[in-house]
Amino acid sequence: MDELGMERLLDHYQDPRNYGHLDDPDIVYEEGNPSCGDQLRFELKLADNRISEVRFSGKGCAISQASASMLTERIKGQTLEEVKTIDKDEVLEMLGLEISPMRLKCALLPLKIVKAGVYGIKGWPGEDED
Amino acid sequence: MAQVQTKSVLDPQRIRADFPIFERRIHDKPLIYLDNAATTQKPHQVIEALQDFYTQHNANVHRSVHTLGHEATVAYEAAHKKVARFINARSWREIIFTRNASESLNLVAYAWGLWNLQAGDEVLLTIMEHHSDLVPWFMLREHKQIVLKFVDVDDQGRLRLDQFKKMLSERTKLVGMIHASNVLGTVNPVRELVAEAQRVGAITLVDAAQSAPHLPLDVQELGCDFLAVSGHKMLGPVGTGFLYGRRELLETMAPFLRGGDMIETVTLEGATWNELPWKYEAGTPSVADGIALGTAVDYLTQLGMENVYQHERELLDYALPKFLDLPGVQVYGPHDSQDRVGVISFNVAGVHPHDLAGLLDEEGIAVRSGHHCAQPLMNRLGMDNTARASFYIYNSKDEIDKLIAGIRRAQRIFRV
Repeated sequence: MDELGMERLLDHYQDPRNYGHLDDPDIVYEEGNPSCGDQLRFELKLADNRISEVRFSGKGCAISQASASMLTERIKGQTLEEVKTIDKDEVLEMLGLEISPMRLKCALLPLKIVKAGVYGIKGWPGEDED
Repeated sequence: MAQVQTKSVLDPQRIRADFPIFERRIHDKPLIYLDNAATTQKPHQVIEALQDFYTQHNANVHRSVHTLGHEATVAYEAAHKKVARFINARSWREIIFTRNASESLNLVAYAWGLWNLQAGDEVLLTIMEHHSDLVPWFMLREHKQIVLKFVDVDDQGRLRLDQFKKMLSERTKLVGMIHASNVLGTVNPVRELVAEAQRVGAITLVDAAQSAPHLPLDVQELGCDFLAVSGHKMLGPVGTGFLYGRRELLETMAPFLRGGDMIETVTLEGATWNELPWKYEAGTPSVADGIALGTAVDYLTQLGMENVYQHERELLDYALPKFLDLPGVQVYGPHDSQDRVGVISFNVAGVHPHDLAGLLDEEGIAVRSGHHCAQPLMNRLGMDNTARASFYIYNSKDEIDKLIAGIRRAQRIFRV
């Protein structure tokens, strides 16, 4: 096991960044993973077409929670157009740990939610292309 | 059920030798398979039965006069007979092969429920039911405006019998009950429940997906009208299951799926139905899989279901105290092996079940994590999801030690 990667993951899991809720958010989207019942919610506040504030909430495994926490740091201050360019590989690189195929859904759930919120549709264009 | 504490006569090491999958290594470790409540592994006898059918006897059933057609038909019927003996049905015609217990339960909802239930009729279920014994009845609640009632459990996960009796009335037309909980392992007193239900004239349906593979079952002793089983949870091929139905009911009920082989005659005005059990097995059935399910039943019969039950009980008696001693570990369901099958659902504080299952997988240990298709029960007991270890005939005490060590390793990694 990659000790350093695990260290970072645990840090975000046990001390998540931007966890909680916003007053009067502009974009709210939540979704669950039906196989485990986990549910995540993202709330975004926009100013000058940029994400000025972001919060996430909900329960989940270490991988989905850490991925959500890291993603909030990544998208804060970005334009919606910039958020649309974030892809699967970038999230996996951000997590910095080898994710087994069975856990990909956990790792990518936060991105799926943010993109669905930004696009205003369930999922996003090109989601299933690999 | 016998409560005598006898030494298990099963030798898991010898049994393992019959299961080719245990030659596999997972992450370079021997496979420790503790996800038997989801599906069991298959002995070589079952795998060879599939091979034998396709290489020696492959033909459709009930149609052709040629040799292969005859052999396939005889073998497929023989599998029904083996299953009938396994659960002590009066006749093999009371055994309908399906794809799984879900399909068996749907068969009852569609072929009996849709035609016999009226608005205001009540169906009494338990909060322990698997989704597959809930959702088909939701359909009838929407479509026929029937009323569904649910019997609660106590905090230990045992069914509230007092409440069960109070909820029964002349309005109750069907009582559906899970025999052994796939989450808690609790074995419900089905014989008593059936007797109570019969006093108000209700039809009784038992979901035996988690009991038929693990303890001796006798439908005549239970007295139920219907009993649903998954074949793949008892060494049979995936895609197999069966429904037991009392012949008097099956003969008067409407069919489920309609098509080939289930009819007697068809004119443009209508049709009459084939004899049992074929009336309920529309289209070409999964012949090879059905025959191999018969082989699985042979295997279990040879071991002896009382021995299977005792073996799992011994594993539970060994595992439960170890689980209860683990700091930070919560075990759901009854804390003793009384009226229980070999299922342990648990949570480790600070380690999400998915993460735990992932870390155990690195050690070659397969457990389930999630809501186990029983969300109402999970909600009732205040859990989102759990890890679940479920035992079978090839599991040993040594494997339980390795599971415990794996849990401790996960706790060290998560520093809890």
